Amino acid sequence: MGRTHKFVRMLKLVSVAALVSGANQAWAGDEIRIVGSSTVFPFATVVAERFGRTSSFGTPVVESTGSGSGFRLFCSGVGDDTPDATNSSRAIMASEIELCRANGVTDIVEVKIGFDGIVLANSRRAEQFELTTAQIFLALAKTVPVDGQLVANPFTNWRQISANLPDQEIVVFGPPPTSGTRDSFVELVMETGGQTLGITDGTSLATMREDGRFVEAGENDNLIVQKLNADPDALGIFGFSFLDQNGDKIQGSAINGFDPSFENIADGLYAVSRPLYFYVKRAHLDLTPGLGDYVAEFISDTATGDEGYLSDRGLIPLAGAERAAMVGAVADFRAAAF
Amino acid sequence: MTENISPSRLSSQALPGVERRHRKEQIFRRLGLGAILTSLLFLMFFLALIVARGHGAFLETVILVDYHFDHETLDIDQAVSQNDLANANYRSVIRAAMRELAPEVSGRSARRDLYGILGAGTEYDLRDLIIAQPSLLGTTAGIWTPSSDEFHLFHRNGGDRASRQSTRLSPLQIELYAELDNAGRIKTRFNWTFLSSGDSRDPEQAGVWGAVKGSILTLGICFLLSFGVGTLAAIYLEEFASKNWVMRVLEVNINNLAAVPSITYGLLGLAVFLNFFGLPRSAALVGGLVLFLMTLPTIIISSRVALQAVPPSIREAALAVGASRVQTVFHHVAPLALPGMLTGSIIGMARALGETAPLLMIGMVAFIVDPPSGVLDPSSALPVQVYLWAESPERAFAEKTAGAIMVLLVFLITMNLAAILLRRKFEKRW
Repeated sequence: MGRTHKFVRMLKLVSVAALVSGANQAWAGDEIRIVGSSTVFPFATVVAERFGRTSSFGTPVVESTGSGSGFRLFCSGVGDDTPDATNSSRAIMASEIELCRANGVTDIVEVKIGFDGIVLANSRRAEQFELTTAQIFLALAKTVPVDGQLVANPFTNWRQISANLPDQEIVVFGPPPTSGTRDSFVELVMETGGQTLGITDGTSLATMREDGRFVEAGENDNLIVQKLNADPDALGIFGFSFLDQNGDKIQGSAINGFDPSFENIADGLYAVSRPLYFYVKRAHLDLTPGLGDYVAEFISDTATGDEGYLSDRGLIPLAGAERAAMVGAVADFRAAAF
Repeated sequence: MTENISPSRLSSQALPGVERRHRKEQIFRRLGLGAILTSLLFLMFFLALIVARGHGAFLETVILVDYHFDHETLDIDQAVSQNDLANANYRSVIRAAMRELAPEVSGRSARRDLYGILGAGTEYDLRDLIIAQPSLLGTTAGIWTPSSDEFHLFHRNGGDRASRQSTRLSPLQIELYAELDNAGRIKTRFNWTFLSSGDSRDPEQAGVWGAVKGSILTLGICFLLSFGVGTLAAIYLEEFASKNWVMRVLEVNINNLAAVPSITYGLLGLAVFLNFFGLPRSAALVGGLVLFLMTLPTIIISSRVALQAVPPSIREAALAVGASRVQTVFHHVAPLALPGMLTGSIIGMARALGETAPLLMIGMVAFIVDPPSGVLDPSSALPVQVYLWAESPERAFAEKTAGAIMVLLVFLITMNLAAILLRRKFEKRW
């Protein structure tokens, strides 16, 4: 009999606890909520953490959803249940502005925070590559021009493309199509490279080869770095901050004559870099305590300045004049809200 | 005279083929043993790898620094309020102390290197220390201060020629390391921060407590709901429902649901709990609800199996002495099936513990510094923490990732141990 009562008692306990945990809780919804790009994520989280420590507000919650999903969430409306800001590794598209407008999100501000370089790197145990965008196109496109004809990519060794390149099999690890890094790489390297070879057809420009020479290695850049370490004959495509962190083991290839160094990217000499942004709703400046201060912290000299803490993490800062203009725009934006 | 017959001849004559059968049995036994040994070997290899990579996460490298907490450097008045202490200039205290430690270092970038050997959170650690012990004001205190992540990795790798090949420390910092090491100012100690604090983008400040708490809250809700609903559903289906075609369709559907990919439940959670019911994003409550839906079919199935294992004679005996069907089930059958039901539930929980995919859709894959204090606060979970750290560019996070996996494994083992203990407690043999 004792056992049966124990069981009934336990069931009662379970149901009471389930009720209590459902009720009795306040709605906590006043912290800053940020969504968006996984490229901006490592930078936005550093700012969020600093902001949480130094201000009287809670630490903002930052989600890594990707730029596209970020805009979908951001543009879903105004109010407590929508994000205050979204990070993006590209500028907002017209269709997204339209989506925002349709949902009543009319007044948004764009903040450009700096640049991210995309590098083509290999192990330090091998020779450093000096490439042009056209050569990269020839090595990685699905179809390439040979004697004026578009044919399936016949190249298997870098030496076949140019006598100046190392005698190495072509093996390149890169991100999958879902990644923003892949989009930017296609746009900045493959398309410009293909165009210099006289190709105009969009599909030929944007299609990577699928015969195992270009290997989709997943979204995790650390994994690509590890693979390069293990295989000195391979090259890999990833963000500059991973090169910056692993500079003792891997080296970036020069593209169009310039090394992917911090200075070359900042000066715009290194061709493969893209601006990073975040977007904020003006209506939320009143709604979410601390949002204006967070934006100000992000654009402050200590964060995104030339020697700011984000440059230590591999973010390439904006040039002086452009940054000053950005700081001014943010100040105007904050002033206009009150 | 009797003929001497050897035993083997006897057996082969008496039982034709017995040797062959013995051989077959031998082979089967060896194969079985081999299978177990292989899986054990893989498991040991996996565990050894994780522990070898991750044990460093539980250690931190600390440097003995003498700080002068005088009012002038702190930039505060003699009569200070709590608020002044929070906003005092701890950075200049740190810089003065570091300059004193290496007076020969001069020049802007060299100084930057010098300050860079301390962890990024030092300012805030000192602030918290002074607020807790205002009596330190005006004194000089030698404090073991956590070093930066790169310095820690260098020290962990032995600080010798080999580690010099693969470090991001500058030549000056390597020199400083040798100097401090000779002076006995560097040591390794247990890293309580890793167990007690939330996430951080600085590896030396990062901890798993936020994620552990998130997992406890999420699984707590998941367990309460899925055990309650799952066992009741199983009892009804097994003991009360009439066996008609509706029930058969239901049964097939439950079995199918158990095999649905977990991300589907995340999408469902997004549509129902967030968009329709308007529950907060990233909350442990929503995570628990989603995982509840995911584990429910598993728990129903295992609970039904546990009920089926109760001998029919128990039911018949209860009914024979006049118990009603509800009495029979709740007084006799269910208590006997409870150990099995609990085991099934905890196996379901163990699966839920490792899930990230459904949590992605409801916003729990996020950078959250403050550990959650309730089920409606934003929270992450242990597997999410592992995933986020594995994606981080800073190299010291590789160690933290393995460390977090170790914590996850301990969590898992604790849960399974609880399952075994509960089963022992309630188990009845007949």
